[in-house]
Amino acid sequence: METKTKVHAEDGKQELVITREFELPLELLFRAYVEPEIVEQWMGTKVLKLENKKHGGYQFETTDPKGNKHLFNGTIHAFVPNQKITRTFEMENTPFGVQLEVLEFQALTDDTCRLQMHVIYESVAQRDQVLKLPFTQGINMAHNRIQDILNKLKIVNK
Amino acid sequence: MKSRRDVFQAIADPTRRAILTLLAVQALTPGAIADNFKSSRQTISKHIQILTECELLEQEQSGREIYYLINAKKMKEVAEFIEPFRKMWDERFNKLEAIMKKYKPNK
Repeated sequence: METKTKVHAEDGKQELVITREFELPLELLFRAYVEPEIVEQWMGTKVLKLENKKHGGYQFETTDPKGNKHLFNGTIHAFVPNQKITRTFEMENTPFGVQLEVLEFQALTDDTCRLQMHVIYESVAQRDQVLKLPFTQGINMAHNRIQDILNKLKIVNK
Repeated sequence: MKSRRDVFQAIADPTRRAILTLLAVQALTPGAIADNFKSSRQTISKHIQILTECELLEQEQSGREIYYLINAKKMKEVAEFIEPFRKMWDERFNKLEAIMKKYKPNK
């Protein structure tokens, strides 16, 4: 399968660029970032606050499979409809610091568009840690699955 | 280094990936690493040896103890680390695209 999302992360830099082309008109892509009900669906998060304007802010809340709640927040620095959103992003109560995100929306044709997300971290180390997060979570999930299977086996053996 | 000790082969093993995750947080002695696993110390020691041969780990002598730490430079060469991150975003964006394709403005 063709991979539509590209991540460009150079060695020793504290930034990365995520690009993606969508089979959607530009307006629809932008709307997916603006309407709280839609953000909730594709980000898999609860939107507690979303103020789409300069000096605005947002706060999201997710619940992991164990029922723990995680909060995310940020401040919106630039908001240009169908063009650009500049914002900060922070995972609350984690050592990952604050990242700056510059999102650029661009129409390719009437029915296709491109999103470029330029993310700048506080340091190279921090960027690399965030990059490794899904990898780490994957391992934890695998461990939990193994634990589940072992627990079931124990029950059967009793 | 023999081709048998291939980096991707090294990280294909879940125990070795777990060791790398542990060491991503802090440098540890072989004993401290083994304490995190149910496997025998010999088994863990073998895994550490493979990771070291692949240059994914470095040794640091501190008094009588040897500490293992991640060789950050080598790790960055392992593109597989970025792949789960890319996949996470790809899945999110696929969802976004699917939702918006069905979207009908009701306002």
